[in-house]
Amino acid sequence: MRRRSRSFRFTMFVASALLLWTLALPIGAHAKKVTVVTSTTDMAALTQEVGGDKVSVESIAKGYQDPHFVEAKPSFLLKLRQADLLVVVGLQLEIGWLPPLINQSGNPRIQVGAPGYLDASQFAEILEIPQGTVTRAEGDVHPLGNPHYWLDPDNGRRIARGIANKLSEADPGDAAYFQQRFQDFDNRLTAAEQKWEGEMKPYRGRKVVTYHRSFPNFAKHFGLDVIGYVEPRPGIPPTPTHTLELIQLMRRETCKVVLVEPYFDLKTPQSIGRETGAQVVVYLPSVGGEKGVEDYFKLFDYDIDLLIKAFSATR
Amino acid sequence: MRALNFLGTVLLVSLPGYAVQGDTPQAASANPDNAVLMQKIRDLEDRVIALEGEIRQMKAQEAPVAPPAAAPANAESNTHAAGPTLQSQVPTLGAVTSGTGTQVVLGGAGGSAAKALNPDISAIGDFISVAGHNPVQPSPSLEMHESELGFQAIIDPYARGDFFLSFGEEGVTLEEGYITFTALPRGFVAKVGKMRSAFGKVNTLHNHVLPWVDRPLVTNNLVGGEDGIDDAGVSIERILPAPKGIFLEATGQLFRGDSGTQQSPVFRASGKGDVSAVAHLRSYRDLTESTNIDLGLSYARGHNNLGTNFLTQLYGIDATLRWKPLRRSIYHSFIGRGEFTWSQRQQLPSEQRAFGFYTSGDYQLGRRWFVGGRFDRSDRSEFANLTDQGASAVLTYWPSEFSQVRGQYRYTRYAGNIDTNEFLMQVMFSLGAHGAHPF
Ligand SMILES: [Zn+2]
Repeated sequence: MRRRSRSFRFTMFVASALLLWTLALPIGAHAKKVTVVTSTTDMAALTQEVGGDKVSVESIAKGYQDPHFVEAKPSFLLKLRQADLLVVVGLQLEIGWLPPLINQSGNPRIQVGAPGYLDASQFAEILEIPQGTVTRAEGDVHPLGNPHYWLDPDNGRRIARGIANKLSEADPGDAAYFQQRFQDFDNRLTAAEQKWEGEMKPYRGRKVVTYHRSFPNFAKHFGLDVIGYVEPRPGIPPTPTHTLELIQLMRRETCKVVLVEPYFDLKTPQSIGRETGAQVVVYLPSVGGEKGVEDYFKLFDYDIDLLIKAFSATR
Repeated sequence: MRALNFLGTVLLVSLPGYAVQGDTPQAASANPDNAVLMQKIRDLEDRVIALEGEIRQMKAQEAPVAPPAAAPANAESNTHAAGPTLQSQVPTLGAVTSGTGTQVVLGGAGGSAAKALNPDISAIGDFISVAGHNPVQPSPSLEMHESELGFQAIIDPYARGDFFLSFGEEGVTLEEGYITFTALPRGFVAKVGKMRSAFGKVNTLHNHVLPWVDRPLVTNNLVGGEDGIDDAGVSIERILPAPKGIFLEATGQLFRGDSGTQQSPVFRASGKGDVSAVAHLRSYRDLTESTNIDLGLSYARGHNNLGTNFLTQLYGIDATLRWKPLRRSIYHSFIGRGEFTWSQRQQLPSEQRAFGFYTSGDYQLGRRWFVGGRFDRSDRSEFANLTDQGASAVLTYWPSEFSQVRGQYRYTRYAGNIDTNEFLMQVMFSLGAHGAHPF
């Protein structure tokens, strides 16, 4: 009996000591800036555009990394627990890694449904929303619609506006600043859009193949025709049968460009290129995919430049 | 809500319609107002998209369950697929009806609100076949080893709930069932319910995320076998301040004091005071963007099956080295692990001090192939002078992320020089909601 209560007291002692110890420690210092963490670099770039020097922004994923398969590293928790605002792409793009990070962050501000959680997909035009039932016979489909929606400048503008409004809520004192930054971004984007559209105009209707379904919004905006994918189904690696079918399709449709995201192996795309005479282009789906591509404008500059080179070299 | 949806739909349909009607005559006559009208259309389009988004937000608020991006996921399940909208469509293969047409759908509204109220449901099947003779730890030739059902949802903005029911061939156990309070003040995260305790690494992992078919000898001999330290209680964790770049986290847990299988009980509560406690300190550091190291210290204390007066204490060190190049993260990776456990068990005539460990390495050869090896050695907790050791080689193939085929060759030399050679074959498959990948 004595022994039992002693051991019980011991455990209670250990537990309460742990509790007191952690309680006594200061929580990380809070800067005046709004601390924003984003799941991807594109959301970070757009936040930076409207947030200026009133925010500090950091992205969890790198621009050259497959955003479906980010590891839930504890070092990200250090960022998340300081965050005032978490901006996510949504539509289940981050479902394989972000939920446990949010849970373990110990940060009530960024929990789902809390004011500091912002799902940017609500602002954007979403394509490829499956109708009816979805099964995994179709591969790792995105059942809520295609989450690779940020490669349309119009969506970029909409997201930026949404983020500016959210920042204004989080930091009402700087609301005018954020709105002013958004106006400025809007003007620069409109000018850039005219330039990009002009550059891409001669190639409207051109056919392309992409590795993953990460290009529909870009294709729609600039009038390109995505006729097929290197992946037989989303998230399923290329199979010989599918590759053969794709080669035949590309020959039939005289498609001369294969676009590959920087995180995929180039072996299959290159063999497709050899068979069809198509150019294999490693395009960037995200800001930061290459050195120098560090903002939203440079992302389009980079990709459009690549596309124009590829299109003009093939017919 | 219905009215709101209706309103949204009406706006959605009528606004562009109105805009196009207004636009047509002018466009035809190359009027200078053209640009103004185009701008108007753009503005209207933006407003429609914004409205759609608002409607979806309201839908999400109506249902306390996560909006699209936040579909809850389990830190320990390695499946990767669709979320809430999939839950009722247990793969009827072939019934492919998703029309990803060219039709413009704005805002990406998720599943219906009614569906959003349901938790994410997942099922994982684990089939094991064993060839070879093992007189010490015999296993059946063919076995549906485990069928795990998971139910997970966000309960409210302050908490989430997770249930994992494990159906063996003989019965059902609640493997885990707990609420996690995610919005506590001062960075605390608390769990209440039944859970796998934070002692080391392997003890926290469900069978289907292990890199092997079986569990290491040290788990079987010292840490409660397949179920491990898995008990009802309370857990509190918090990230601790640490030098920049270092992640430090402390976990303290208090349990009823019943853990382990009948054959190898770690803790047994003979009375209400016989609670067990587990403490874990984890430190983590990124060495480069592709390499990181994870170190843990664990301590567990409870009463054993001899009664209230007999304590068992466990001390553990775990180390994990991971490598995964970000640009090719889906093709190559390496994980090296080691766990070292010391057991101090009070019994008659004298206390037994046992030690055991395993070290393992797993390399991803390509998108679908993994090879690995493990070395095992462990004393037995009740007879510390008896030592078992062994080695395994493992080959894993992933047809997709939702199924896995694994072969393991296992050599074991049990105490008393009993040699066994076995070949284990495992098929695993997962249905339903998308879980997060373990780390
Ligand atoms: Zn995708």
